[in-house]
Amino acid sequence: MTDNVHTGNVPTGSIPDERPPSNTVGPVAWLRNNLFNTWYNALLTILIAWLLFKAIPPLLDWLIFSANSFGTPPQVCRQEGGACWTFVSEKLRFVMFGTFPYDEQWRPLITIVIIIALVLASCDRRFWKPWLALVWIAGLTAVGVLMWGGVLGLTYVENTLWGGLPLTLMLSVVGLSVAFPASVLLALGRRSQLPAIRVISVTYIELIRGVPLISLLFMASVMFPLFLPTGVNFDKLLRAQIAFIMFAAAYMAEAIRGGLQAIPKGQYEAADALGLNYWQAMGKIILPQALAISIPPLVNTFISFFKDTSLVIIIGLYDLLGTAKAALSDPAWRGFYREAYLFIGVIYWVFCYSMSKYSQKLERDLRRGHRR
Amino acid sequence: MASKTRDTARPSAPGGVSFSLSDPTVRAVFYQILVVGIVIAVGWFLIHNTLDNLSKRSIATGFGFLEREASFGIGESLIDYHPRDSYGRAFLVGVLNTLKVSIIGVVLATVLGTLIGVARLSSNWLIAKLASTYVEIVRNIPPLLQLFFWYALVSESMPPVRQALNPIPGVFLSQRGLFVPVPSADPVWGMMAFALAIAVIAVVFLRRWAKARQERTGQPFPIGSASLGLLVGLPLIAYIAGGAPTALDVPKLQGFNFVGGVVLTPEFFAILVGLVVYTAAFIAEVVRSGILAVNWGQTEAARALGIDSGKTLRLVVLPQALRVIVPPLTSQYLNLTKNSSLALAIGYPDLVSIANTTLNQTGQAIEGVAMIMGTYLVISLGISIFMNWYNKRIALVER
Repeated sequence: MTDNVHTGNVPTGSIPDERPPSNTVGPVAWLRNNLFNTWYNALLTILIAWLLFKAIPPLLDWLIFSANSFGTPPQVCRQEGGACWTFVSEKLRFVMFGTFPYDEQWRPLITIVIIIALVLASCDRRFWKPWLALVWIAGLTAVGVLMWGGVLGLTYVENTLWGGLPLTLMLSVVGLSVAFPASVLLALGRRSQLPAIRVISVTYIELIRGVPLISLLFMASVMFPLFLPTGVNFDKLLRAQIAFIMFAAAYMAEAIRGGLQAIPKGQYEAADALGLNYWQAMGKIILPQALAISIPPLVNTFISFFKDTSLVIIIGLYDLLGTAKAALSDPAWRGFYREAYLFIGVIYWVFCYSMSKYSQKLERDLRRGHRR
Repeated sequence: MASKTRDTARPSAPGGVSFSLSDPTVRAVFYQILVVGIVIAVGWFLIHNTLDNLSKRSIATGFGFLEREASFGIGESLIDYHPRDSYGRAFLVGVLNTLKVSIIGVVLATVLGTLIGVARLSSNWLIAKLASTYVEIVRNIPPLLQLFFWYALVSESMPPVRQALNPIPGVFLSQRGLFVPVPSADPVWGMMAFALAIAVIAVVFLRRWAKARQERTGQPFPIGSASLGLLVGLPLIAYIAGGAPTALDVPKLQGFNFVGGVVLTPEFFAILVGLVVYTAAFIAEVVRSGILAVNWGQTEAARALGIDSGKTLRLVVLPQALRVIVPPLTSQYLNLTKNSSLALAIGYPDLVSIANTTLNQTGQAIEGVAMIMGTYLVISLGISIFMNWYNKRIALVER
């Protein structure tokens, strides 16, 4: 190129390779840059290191070294201190499956596996095809058959006996899959040009979002029976499920509205120019783009919704948190709340954390798709 | 938005009125009537059934029950309350308890959340990692589970009342909570409150004067230390002038519990700590994204102008970050307030818990739920209006 023009004051020949100065690479430099770069950072580092040094050994000691392994009776646990993992092994099946008949507990176990498999499959973008909906319908039917029984030689199990993790998963998965189409309609309604429809959607969304979920659950448990004609009765689980659907629909509608608002005006105009009617324009042009944009906020709604299923304990259903609390009320095992809450806390955490990691990954992937 | 004119673009046939569904105007009206009709029909169906059921079960309707005697005790209240008082007053106690935990919770969560949000951006690796671990753990565990944990921590790990811990004379720690002595009532407190009010007014005028002077002469005035001096000094003068009373109301064990002093009950402790710890994780993320949203060039520009780092933060970075922070922060405040209804699960007498007791005793479920929902809607609306006003005040004024 034009290098030869400028060679006058540039030394020719290559500069010999040298190691970078020792104060910019290596562990010492890393320490200096990340922990001791200013005097107050150095002070804070030392303070925190000291606190961690004070806190971590006793914590590990409680968790592992002095912990009583599986099989130690509670009296011994109480005397020795340290975590009592017998509680977990002893109460595992109750916490996981609630009062489901003991010999039939393989059924909720398979339910858990099916639901997790469905969710995992839906996370893979290659499976985002119409047949996925059919797989979901088949999966949820299988779940219903397994849990209720009464067909295929399975004994009938009333849903008042359901509990534990399958209940948590079913409440959230069924709730979300029913609330999703409703929320799309609500989001479209909120942005509709027809004033009556807009007012109804806005009122519904704001009303539900303005009150705590507990009040909806109350409404479900004490008011729904009054709403229905005499003689018709829903059981508690179904009522809670309806409350969750109403709640999730309002929150998801807002996530989708965000996506709808992000679609440039030109897309709407293009749909108009093609002569598409409202539903064609929405179904073929606007919604596919809007939903793709809304996926990360939707996943965040899923996470908070999954955590909120724990509130059913308030109207007397035994989800995962409910069974753990019930296990703690066993007089023989009183006081082992740390073990119990740690155990189910880890379960909730694994689900929520993986969902949040997934949503971050998806956000990156989708953004990559938009880049030109 | 779709173009506003699409549905009205084609005018209906001139002269005669056409009722064809292919006419967009007619179609729009038709759909709206259809939807409104369905909503009304469903509403009528529900109301009809409800009235029917209520008359069959002979449950009274209306809010007349609010006047009746509540006859249940409430663990803690900000105003005088006795089981002989009315349901209306009991409900008011609940509303005040909800407001108490929400306001204290919002303040503490903002402080903790801001600290953690800033810590996540720290150049100190250890602090940044610790802060992000906190956020990732706390926000992925149901708040109700955390509440149960905090509650169990106090009620299961603390000694019973008889063996209350007594770390400092007059301070007792037991399953019933933390009891601390407070200065006993004295007329001087009223005088101090009056002095504080005067100090607040003086500070407002001082700020106005200082701002005007700086705009006129360019001379800055040490407004921070002057305000602090006024706010602390005036009440202190009133206290000393009133004879500096030192009498204390010390909690004493009487019967089955402590009497006197101020108590931090396990229920209040659990709900407050639970809400603050949980919400702070979300506020931390809001604060972090707000700070990251401010272009680094702004900081560099401020440095180039020779503005010191404290002023850079206060005058350049923060005003811009706040624009990004305030709207999501508002939702976090609303969430905290709504989550305070979880108090029901651990027995803190918030408005939901008291309304629940009321509707169980009176059977007036509809009124009870309506009161819960109505109160929360008013609170939510109030917070949104205030935060929107604040948001508008700090919003970027463009051409």
